Amino acid sequence: MAEIFWGTIWPLVLLIVYILVIVVPLLVAVAYLTYAERKVIGGMQLRQGPMFVGPYGLLQPLADGVKLFFKETVIPSRANKGVFLIAPMITFILALIGWAVIPFGDGLVLADINVGILYLFAVSSLGVYGIIMAGWASNSRYAFLGALRSSAQMISYEIAMGMIIISVLLTAGSLNLSEIVRAQAEQGWYLFWHFPMFMIFLVAILAETNRLPFDLPEDEASLVTGYNVEYSSMTFALFFLGEYANMILMSAMATILFLGGWLPPFEVAPFTWIPGPIWFILKVCVILFVYIWARATLPRYRYDQLMRLGWKVLLPISFGWLVLTAGVLVAFDLVPG
Amino acid sequence: MILAQLVFYLLAFVTVAAAVMVIAARNPVHSVLFLILAFFNSAGLFILLGAEFIGMLLVVVYVGAVAVLFLFVVMMLDINFVQLREGFLQYLPVGALVGLILLVELALVFGSIAMEPALGGAAVSATEAGVTNTEAIGRLLYTDYFYLFQAAGIILLVAMIGAMTLTMRHRPDARRQDIGRQVRRRPGETLEVRKVPPRTGI
Repeated sequence: MAEIFWGTIWPLVLLIVYILVIVVPLLVAVAYLTYAERKVIGGMQLRQGPMFVGPYGLLQPLADGVKLFFKETVIPSRANKGVFLIAPMITFILALIGWAVIPFGDGLVLADINVGILYLFAVSSLGVYGIIMAGWASNSRYAFLGALRSSAQMISYEIAMGMIIISVLLTAGSLNLSEIVRAQAEQGWYLFWHFPMFMIFLVAILAETNRLPFDLPEDEASLVTGYNVEYSSMTFALFFLGEYANMILMSAMATILFLGGWLPPFEVAPFTWIPGPIWFILKVCVILFVYIWARATLPRYRYDQLMRLGWKVLLPISFGWLVLTAGVLVAFDLVPG
Repeated sequence: MILAQLVFYLLAFVTVAAAVMVIAARNPVHSVLFLILAFFNSAGLFILLGAEFIGMLLVVVYVGAVAVLFLFVVMMLDINFVQLREGFLQYLPVGALVGLILLVELALVFGSIAMEPALGGAAVSATEAGVTNTEAIGRLLYTDYFYLFQAAGIILLVAMIGAMTLTMRHRPDARRQDIGRQVRRRPGETLEVRKVPPRTGI
């Protein structure tokens, strides 16, 4: 009996504790990302942002959450009920499971799997299902149009993203996320080696998470709010949480691929005193700031311009860079492993 | 070990149940969604086998791209559910025959492995110990099977170009944005500043 407990049940309990240690701070981060977004955009537009609930408006996300929780869940009578209810859950769960492979520090990772980057890529490519199912199940024109736009957009930008990831993988010589960061400790951050790819990656993750200037799926001016127009209360909140958790996940991915994950910027005294996870969080925050900055600054793209940018500009450049990377690695005999 | 078995039976059960639902579901969109569930669970089975690379590729390629396009098409179709059911009995013998052939083939494979274990053993130990299967696949694909791999790539390219030429329509009346032309345009070419005297107009 004791053997079963220590061999099977205890690791499971530990696993659940680890998962909670990742998920609970993540949800708090999501709540405060909405707050940060409103404050930063407020600052950029010379407004105050939320300031009444709690000191400096710090309790505003809590108030929003409580409000959404007490609203009535309306299911449209002509909706496809099962799919309608599963869609927000899929969006939310997919935004959470990606975190299983993210290394927060050296060895601080829930699942240190060999194909970590492929796993992240798979999770982000599944994200489209939540949206397309929501759009279809709502049985509403606006929602369906939003879903169609969104799936075309996400598939298009995923390809450019894949090419960028392959360039990084070739340089690092591993699909394991921790190994990619360790390779950057030796070779220097890929921000410098792959700088054009870093910029394209930033653009691609904006499109991949349906954020401005590419938020055509929820284009409020032409589609009301797109795929989630029929959703209310907690079902809407799950979409909302999923979108923001995805933003943080994509920022973490960019941090690992280009900004050296948990590594300090310089290997000298005052920087090395700060522990790795803190550096990781700081870098993620920088990329999240870019997300918000883009939202406050840029107007929305038109749909054909979005497709043109993805297929005719970003994809050829990242393809070319991939060939260049491979060529340089082979020519100078730098191929790792 | 018990846990791995439990997970295997869970994944296998869901895969089979989802596969049955693909053909049993009344709504074609539900069918595609169940198909996606079946893909996803078979990816889980691959990972359980230790073939994590294939498992991830299954999710990225089939679930993440192919099934999305499939879902896209099925959602856009205007389907008459009653008409869809009509031909069921007519197609039943053909389907049953295909299923029977597949069953016999599977039985032959497993039967021969059961009788002569050496047949199955050769297939299992394709990778050396200590080499991740991503690396093992790469080593085989880019060395021994390099020309076949390139040929597969060329076939895909031809298919891609074929699909494009088949669906491309030249519409001369469509208004397209030519970004180069827009950027080249100077104010002098299009703007003209005129002094308009009052009460005369231009």
